[in-house]
Amino acid sequence: MDKVKTIEEAIANIHDGQTIMIGGFGGNGSPHSLIEALIAKGVKDLTIICNDAGNPNFGVGRFFKEKRVKKLYASFIGANPEACEDLANGEFEVVLIPQGTLAESIRAGGAGLGGILTKTGIGTLVSEGKQKINIKGEDYLVEEAIHADVALIYAAKVDRIGNVSYHGSSRAHSPSMAMAADYVVVEAKEIVEVGEINPDNVHTQSVFINSIVLKGEQK
Amino acid sequence: MKMNKEQATKFIAKRIAAELKSGTLVNLGVGIPTLVSDFVGPERDIQMHGENGVIGVGNAAFEVINNTSKGISKAEEIDEDVINSGAGTTAVEPGASFFDSATSFAIIRGGHVDVTVLGTMEVAENGDIANYMIPGKRVAGMGGAMDLCVGAKKVIVATFHTQGSRSKLLRKCTLPLTASKAVNTVVTELGVFDVTEQGFTIREYNPAYTFEEIQAATNASLFIPETVKPVDSVYYENL
Repeated sequence: MDKVKTIEEAIANIHDGQTIMIGGFGGNGSPHSLIEALIAKGVKDLTIICNDAGNPNFGVGRFFKEKRVKKLYASFIGANPEACEDLANGEFEVVLIPQGTLAESIRAGGAGLGGILTKTGIGTLVSEGKQKINIKGEDYLVEEAIHADVALIYAAKVDRIGNVSYHGSSRAHSPSMAMAADYVVVEAKEIVEVGEINPDNVHTQSVFINSIVLKGEQK
Repeated sequence: MKMNKEQATKFIAKRIAAELKSGTLVNLGVGIPTLVSDFVGPERDIQMHGENGVIGVGNAAFEVINNTSKGISKAEEIDEDVINSGAGTTAVEPGASFFDSATSFAIIRGGHVDVTVLGTMEVAENGDIANYMIPGKRVAGMGGAMDLCVGAKKVIVATFHTQGSRSKLLRKCTLPLTASKAVNTVVTELGVFDVTEQGFTIREYNPAYTFEEIQAATNASLFIPETVKPVDSVYYENL
C-alpha cells in the first residue's frame, strides 16, 4: 500500500491533548516539517515524549516556544533554557526519565511487554513509588512500558510502503517510537520506489509505518 | 602550579586522558569531560561512545557526538543527519558505527563501556554523585548519566574542587543523587582522588598546595596513603 500523503493529510487526525512521541536528539533527527505543520494547525495541550526538550526554538523546542506542551516525558531539558524557564513558571509538567530507561521503556511499549527491570535509578528520586524486584541477589526497578497515540519520526530514506533507512547519528529513539504508537508518521528526506532500499538496510519495517510525508513539503 | 580556571579545565581533562587505557570504550559527558577528547589522539586506540548512537575514534566522531548534543545541525552547511559534521564527506573514521538509543543504552547498561567521565555538582566520599538537578532552582535532567553511573565499569568525575567557597567533594551529598556509590575517581585542579574504603584517598596532589590546604578545600576527611605523589608536571606545564 502506498502510504505517501501530503503533510496536511497525514496530520489531519492529530488533535489537542494527544500523547505524541517525537524522534530526534537535541533536535537532530527530528521531523521538523511535521512539527511546523502541527504548530500551524494549532494543536495544543500535548503530552510530548522525546529524548529531550530540544534546543531553543529548534526541534521539539518549537512546541515550547509556541506553548503547546502540557506535559513532557524526557531525560534532559538543560539544553533549552526557554523550556527550563517555562517549567519553573509551572507552564508545563515534566517527568524526568533516565535516557536508557526511556529508550527501553519505549521499546517495551512497542514489543508487547508490560515494562522493564533496570538497576538505573535505584537510590535516587527516580525509584520513588516504584516496585523493586530482586533477581539473583540484585535489585531492579520495575519501569512500566511507554506507549503513545502518535509517533512522528524522521529518516533519510523511505520507500512508498514505509520501509525506513536512517542515516548517520539521526536514529536515536525513532525505531522504538515507530513500534510504540497507534499512528506513526515518518518524515522522509527522500521518498523512493519500492525495491530501491536493499532489504538488508531497512532499519524500521513498513508494518510500523502508517503515513509518509516528504520533508520540506509546502502544503 | 596554581592555575586559572581555563588552565584548571585543561589540566583536569589532560590528566583524565592519561587514565584511559588503549583498546577501551569511553563515554564523555558534557562540560570539562568533553575536553578530554582534545588529549586523546588516534594513536591511543581509544573508542568513544556517544549516547546519540555513535561509536568511533578520532576528532570526527567527537564532532558527531558533540554537535548532536548541541543541536548544531541548525547550521545549513552541516548535514542534518550529522554525518558531515566536519569539513569533509567522511565524517567518521573507518570502524565507526551508528545505532539507535535502545542499543546505545544496552551498550551502557550491559557493561560494555569501560570508562565514563562525568561532571558534577557534588560527589561524596562513598562514591555518591549528584549532578542533574537543584530542587527549586535548576532542573537540567539526568540525560544518560544515571545509566552511565550504573553501567560503566569505571566512573571518573571531572570537576573544579570548589564552587565559590563550597567544596564539591563532600562527606554526604545534599542534592538529589544521580547514583549511589558509583564514582571511582575524582580529578580536580588540586589532584587525583580515588574513592576507597577510607573515603577520598589522595593519589596525586598539585604540588602548589599543601595537604592542609587541599584538606581545607574538601568537606570530607582526606586519606593520605604512603604511595601519594605529586602530579607529574607534564599535565600542567604549557597549558
